[in-house]
Amino acid sequence: MIKLNPKLSQKLSYTLLCITVGLAIVPILMIVFVIVKNGLSAISWEFLTSMPKNGMREGGILPAILGTFSIVLCSIIVTLPIGVCAAIYLNEYAKNNLLTRIIKLAIVNLAGVPSVVYGLFGLGIFVMFFRLGVSIIAGALTLSIMELPVIITTVRGALSSVPHSFREASLSLGVSRWQTIRHIVLPNAIPGILTGTILSIARISGETAPILFTAAAFYVPHLPHSIFDQVMSLPYHLYIISTQIPNMPKNLIYGTALVLLMMVLTMSCVAIIARIYFRKRRKW
Amino acid sequence: MSKIEIENFNLYYSDFHALKNISINIEDKRITAMIGPSGCGKSTLLRSINRINDTIEGVCTKGKIKISGENIYNDDVDVDFLRRNVGMVFQRPNPFPISIYENVAFGLKVNRIASDKDVINKIVVESLKAVLLWDDIKNKLRKSALSLTLEQQQRLCIARVIAVVPRIILLDEPCSSLDPVATRRIEELMMVLKNKYTIVIVTHNMQQAARISQDTVFMFLGELIEFNKTEKIFTNPLKKETSDYVTGHFG
Repeated sequence: MIKLNPKLSQKLSYTLLCITVGLAIVPILMIVFVIVKNGLSAISWEFLTSMPKNGMREGGILPAILGTFSIVLCSIIVTLPIGVCAAIYLNEYAKNNLLTRIIKLAIVNLAGVPSVVYGLFGLGIFVMFFRLGVSIIAGALTLSIMELPVIITTVRGALSSVPHSFREASLSLGVSRWQTIRHIVLPNAIPGILTGTILSIARISGETAPILFTAAAFYVPHLPHSIFDQVMSLPYHLYIISTQIPNMPKNLIYGTALVLLMMVLTMSCVAIIARIYFRKRRKW
Repeated sequence: MSKIEIENFNLYYSDFHALKNISINIEDKRITAMIGPSGCGKSTLLRSINRINDTIEGVCTKGKIKISGENIYNDDVDVDFLRRNVGMVFQRPNPFPISIYENVAFGLKVNRIASDKDVINKIVVESLKAVLLWDDIKNKLRKSALSLTLEQQQRLCIARVIAVVPRIILLDEPCSSLDPVATRRIEELMMVLKNKYTIVIVTHNMQQAARISQDTVFMFLGELIEFNKTEKIFTNPLKKETSDYVTGHFG
């Protein structure tokens, strides 16, 4: 074995660590660079607010933006209450017994299921069994199931970050367990719940596989009327125009990608800002 | 009549036998101090009197603790009502991160003890006066409770307890995070409060026990070693362990 002198080995390992950090940053910079460079020319007010024209080779992507927006909105309306309630149960009430351990294991595993499997599941259950058809609601429910473990995990984290001493203080005033959760734990966990939710929204906005069979349409000539409508969605639209349409202008493809990327990044930024804001206000 | 009768009380943290067959009678309107080295079970015993230990997983108990003759470990006891009767102040001041006013009003509002705004205002003011905090903060009731000094926060925590009208107040090392001046002032407050409430205090500080309490419980390794008038414990203890501890030979 070679024995390096300590100074040299310190320098070597420092350099190595710097390189790995660089490797982590470079891809995101390159992605943003390539997409902005190729797509920026397509971005205009018209592109964001009009219907596709000429077999999607011209015009805008409004239906896809609205489609993604409505699927994500419906999905979060469904997941958030269920996720918060489940997290409250697991964090505040569940005893550490076999059943609880099985539930926790199930949640971890649910988070590990490949997204295309959720898509097939949604097709079988929501589209066919419940006869919702390929629709916003079927896609939203599929995404909800996929997002549930993430929401539960982040909400649990937010709940357990509320100091135990607050709970004890409240209980020792004769305040019941539920009232303690309602008036002390939840208000103090809201920042964490909020940032977790925004990050989840960002994540599901870009999901393609779960809505592939459950909500997304190749082309819909009108904007969605109800939650039982099929819609276009940004990620699926991106897939179609990059692979299925011959002679597709390149800048429109990258422009669509840029819109999707910006949507997700903006939400991540909002989450970061919210977290900084709440952390400043929090004094414990 | 004794206010708190502890009879053959045992407590286990899963396999660990933390309290071994404790029996004491704690008298009304006096200050009872619990002393002993770290890990002797004094806090555990204190926390058994309002059943706040129930929130810790794996705790089980045997024996009785009676308050005014009723065993608080009976199945039909309303634990929330018990805790309202038996207030508790903790080691570190733990006001809620809301306004001073809301801290004191919290128990009243959530427990629906009072709903009329004037009644709540009156109780809040009285409670803050009772802990001698009113004059310092009467102009900043809407400020965050966390803006107060540690001593003021601890007074606020006592006021919060007093607002829900308990009969017993348990204090778990209430001065351990305070400086000596603040400690003395909190001690003075306890002397005033003992005229209205039964007070049980756990303390690491033997001088504090000697200064403020009338009765002292000395515990060691989960067992009750000696329970007597405070002056007896400090001047003429019956057991060798007690005398070794109060003279500073161990602990």
